[in-house]
Amino acid sequence: MENKKLINLSHISKSFDGELILDDLNLYIRENEFLTILGPSGCGKTTMLRIIGGFETPDAGQVIFDGKDITKLPPNERQLNTVFQKYALFTHMTIADNIAFGLNIKKKSKQYIQDKIKYALKLVNLDGYENRMPDSLSGGQQQRIAIARAIVNEPKVLLLDEPLGALDLKLRQDMQYELIRLKNELGITFVYVTHDQEEALTMSDTIVVMNKGYIQQIGTPEMIYNEPQNAFVADFIGESNIISGTMVRDKLVNILGANFECVDEGLGINKSVDVVIRPEDVDLLPPEKGIIKGRVTSLIFKGVHYEMEVMANGFEWLVHSTDLVPVGQEVGIWVDPFNIQIMNKPESDDEEAVGVVDE
Amino acid sequence: MRERFKRKMQTSGVFRQLLAGPYIVWMVAFIVIPLLLIAYYGFTVKTDDGLRFSLSNLTLIANPINLKALGLSLELSLISTIICLILAYPIALMLRNRNVGSDSFVIMIFMLPMWMNFLLRTIAWQNILEKTGVINSLLSVFGIKPLNLINTSGAIVFGMVYNFLPFMILPIYNVLVKIDQNVINAARDLGANAFQTFIKVILPLSVPGMISGITMVFVPSLTTFVISSILGGSKIVLIGNVIEQQFKFLGNWNAGSGLSLVLMIFILISMALVSIYDKDDVKGF
Amino acid sequence: MKTRRILENIYIGLVMVFLYAPILVLVVLSFNASKSRAKWGGFTLKWYGELFQNREIMSALSNTLLIALLSALFATVIGTLAVIAMSRMKKVPKTILTTLSNIPMLNAEIVTGVSLMLVFVAVNMKLGFNAVLIGHITFNIPYVVLSVLPKMKQTNSSVYEAALDLGATPVKAFCKVVLPDLMPGIVSGFILSFTMSMDDFVITHFTRGAEIHTLSTKIYAETRKGIKPEMYALSTLLFVSVLVLLIIVNKRNMAEAKKRKN
Repeated sequence: MENKKLINLSHISKSFDGELILDDLNLYIRENEFLTILGPSGCGKTTMLRIIGGFETPDAGQVIFDGKDITKLPPNERQLNTVFQKYALFTHMTIADNIAFGLNIKKKSKQYIQDKIKYALKLVNLDGYENRMPDSLSGGQQQRIAIARAIVNEPKVLLLDEPLGALDLKLRQDMQYELIRLKNELGITFVYVTHDQEEALTMSDTIVVMNKGYIQQIGTPEMIYNEPQNAFVADFIGESNIISGTMVRDKLVNILGANFECVDEGLGINKSVDVVIRPEDVDLLPPEKGIIKGRVTSLIFKGVHYEMEVMANGFEWLVHSTDLVPVGQEVGIWVDPFNIQIMNKPESDDEEAVGVVDE
Repeated sequence: MRERFKRKMQTSGVFRQLLAGPYIVWMVAFIVIPLLLIAYYGFTVKTDDGLRFSLSNLTLIANPINLKALGLSLELSLISTIICLILAYPIALMLRNRNVGSDSFVIMIFMLPMWMNFLLRTIAWQNILEKTGVINSLLSVFGIKPLNLINTSGAIVFGMVYNFLPFMILPIYNVLVKIDQNVINAARDLGANAFQTFIKVILPLSVPGMISGITMVFVPSLTTFVISSILGGSKIVLIGNVIEQQFKFLGNWNAGSGLSLVLMIFILISMALVSIYDKDDVKGF
Repeated sequence: MKTRRILENIYIGLVMVFLYAPILVLVVLSFNASKSRAKWGGFTLKWYGELFQNREIMSALSNTLLIALLSALFATVIGTLAVIAMSRMKKVPKTILTTLSNIPMLNAEIVTGVSLMLVFVAVNMKLGFNAVLIGHITFNIPYVVLSVLPKMKQTNSSVYEAALDLGATPVKAFCKVVLPDLMPGIVSGFILSFTMSMDDFVITHFTRGAEIHTLSTKIYAETRKGIKPEMYALSTLLFVSVLVLLIIVNKRNMAEAKKRKN
C-alpha cells in the first residue's frame, strides 16, 4: 500500500552568488516514510532541506505541503520541525526550557508542557535531565535533546540535517537504531540529509542520491545498491568496479576485450556503456575456467573477507572474497550474469555527473 | 628517549612561565603599587608632625559641591550609557545580519575616527553645537530661533555618547556574530516569530556583550573631565573635574586621592559585574 | 522587506554621519583662511605649509610618534611574553595575571593617571618623557594581552610537542611553529597600542610634568585660547594617511582572499 504524498517539490531552482545549487528539481515525499537525501558535500542536499524547512526561498518552483503551497511561508508557520547540524540548542536555557520552547510559544498549558517534557525525555532515554544546562551534556546527549525539542511539537515531518555528523563512530551507529525506533514509535515522516552512504542504507525507506544540484537516482536502499543507474551512484554507494564496455547484442557485453553474459536487453548494438560489478560479485576461479585471466597483485585481510586486487586485461579489479588467493597466483575471473549491471554512458557531464567524489 | 622528551617538556614549561616575569614586575610596579599609593594618600592627611590616618578625604564627598558633582556625573553617565545601548544594539544587529564577512572591517569603521585626535573631535562638536554653529545655521534657514546647545548638560551627554559609542557597538557585535545562525533558525523552526526569537533567544544570548559595553561606556563617562570642560563650559563641574583640580591646581593630593577612592567604589561595582559575565573575550578587540 | 532594508540603511547612515561629522568639520577647518574657528575666511592651503615651520607642533608630533612607537613596542614584547607564559600556567595564577591586565582596562583613566603620578613623585622620578612612556606602556600591555590571548588559545599544543619530538629545541620549536600562529594577534596588539597611545590624553596629562607636550596636551592647552589652524592641518594629514594605509591593506587582503578562494 502506497501512502499519500505529503510533500511535493516541483521545479525547484536555487542559486547563490550566481552559482546554481539546485536545478529544476522535482521530488515527492510520502507520508510516514524515512527518506534520505544522500550526496557529497556541495551537492545541494542541505539547501533542499532548508527550502523544505523555510530557511531558504527557492528562486523558482513550488513547495507543496499536504496540498497547500507553502513556498513563501516563514518557518514558524510550517508544520514541520528541524534537527540541526551541531544541535543548535539554546545554551542560556535549561534542558526543560529548551524542550518547552515551541510549546511555550504556542501557549500550551503548564501541565501539558510538563507532561510533554517528561514524555520526550523518556523517549530519548534522558529522564531526569530537566534542570541540566546544554553545555554540561555530551554531544550524543545534546543531539537527543535537539530531537526531543523538535518532536514535542508533534510535527508531521521531522527534518534532520546531518544530525550524527559530529558524533564518533560507535555512538553514530547506536543513534541510527535509535532514530529508526523513534520513527516507528512516532509514526511521522523523517527527511534525513547525510553524506554517509552507510547511514543512508541502514535507516532509509527511500534514498535520493544527489550530485551537483541534480537528483541522480531515487529508490529503496536495495535498488540503489544493486542497480545503480549511473557510474556516480555506483561509485558513491559502496565500492565497485566501473568499466567501460560495448553492447555486443542483447544480454552480451564486451568489456576489456572479452564477452560477458548479462541480463540487460534493449540497449542497442555497439552502444557504449558503463558496466558496474561489485567486488563481492567477482568470482576467482582456476585460470582456464574464467572468462578472462589475471594475476593477484595485492591482498589485505579485512576481517569478514579478504580484499584483493587482480590485474586482468589491463584493469585492476577489486575483489572481495572469503577465500584467500595468494599474491602472484594466476586466476580466472568469472561474473554471474545477474551481477553485471549495465548503465548508459552519461551524455552530459552535468546531468549524470561521473567522477571521483570529493569528501 | 621518552624520559628525555618529558624532561624537555618540563624544563620548557618552567622556562616559559619565567617569561611572565617582566609583565608581573611591570604590572605590580605601575598598577598595583600606584593604586596602593592612592589608598595611602586617601586615608591620610598632612599635619604639622607628618602624615596621620584620617577619613576626612573620603568624607569630602559629602561636601555639597562635590556631592553635586558626583550626582551629576552619575546622572549624565547613566543617561549616556542608556543612549549608547539604545543606539548601538540595532546597529550591531544590522551589521551581524548583513554578514559583512570580515570582522576587522567592522572594527576598522569604528576605530578609524580615533585617528583624529579625541580632543579635536570633541572640540569640533563645539563648532557644530555652538550659537553660530552648524546646527543653528541650518535651523535659521528654516526660520527657527537658535537653540542653546553648547555648555549644557545635554552637550556633555552628546560628547559622551559620541566618544564612547564604538565601545558599546563592538562588544555587542562580537557576541552577536558568535551566535550560530542555526540557533536562530531553531527558534523560528519551533514556531517563534521574528520578535519572539529576538526576545527569547538573541537578547539573552547577547547579555555578556551588553554588560561589557555598559561598563566600557559607563566608567569613562563617569570619570571624564575632558568632555565636560570642552562641551560643558566652566559652570558644569563633574566629579572628574573636581579630582583633576585637586591634583593639577590645588595640589591637595590627599583630597584628590580620597575622592578617587570614592569614585573607585562605582568602578569596582562595574568590574564585579563584568567578571560575572565575562566568559569569553567579548571586549571588542 | 525592502522598506526595512532602506530604513536600516538610513539608520546606519545616520550613525556614520554622527561618528564622522566632527572629522569632516576638522578637515574643513584645516582649509579655512580665517584663524578663527567660528567663521569661514575662504579656502587656503597656508596652514599645511606653516605646519612644518611650527616648532612647537613639530616637537609635540615627534614626542607623540616616538612615545606611541616605543610604548607599543615595549608593550608588545612584555604582553606577548606574558601570554606565552600563561599558556603553561595553572588556572589560579593565570586568572590572577589576566585580572591584573583587566585593571587598567576597566579602571578610570584619571585614576590610573594620578596613581602613576603619585608613584613617580614618590620615587623622585622627574615627570616628563620617560614618565609618559612608562604610563603608555602600562595601559598598552592589556591591549596586547587581549589581542594575543585568544590566538594562544587557538594554537594546538600537539604541534609544539611534535616539533620537540622531531628534535627541535624548545626555543626553536616555539619560534618555528607557535609564533607564526600568534603573529596576527601580536600585530593587531601592536597597532591597537600605537593607536591608543596616539589618542591618549589623560595619562599624558598627569605624567608629563611641565617639560614636554604631546599633540593631545598641546591641543588641550590651546582649547581656551583657540586651536592653531596648523593643528587641524596636521590632524587631517594624519587621518588621511591612516585612511589611505587602511584602504591599501584592505585591498590587498581582499585580493589575497580572492586568490585563495580560486
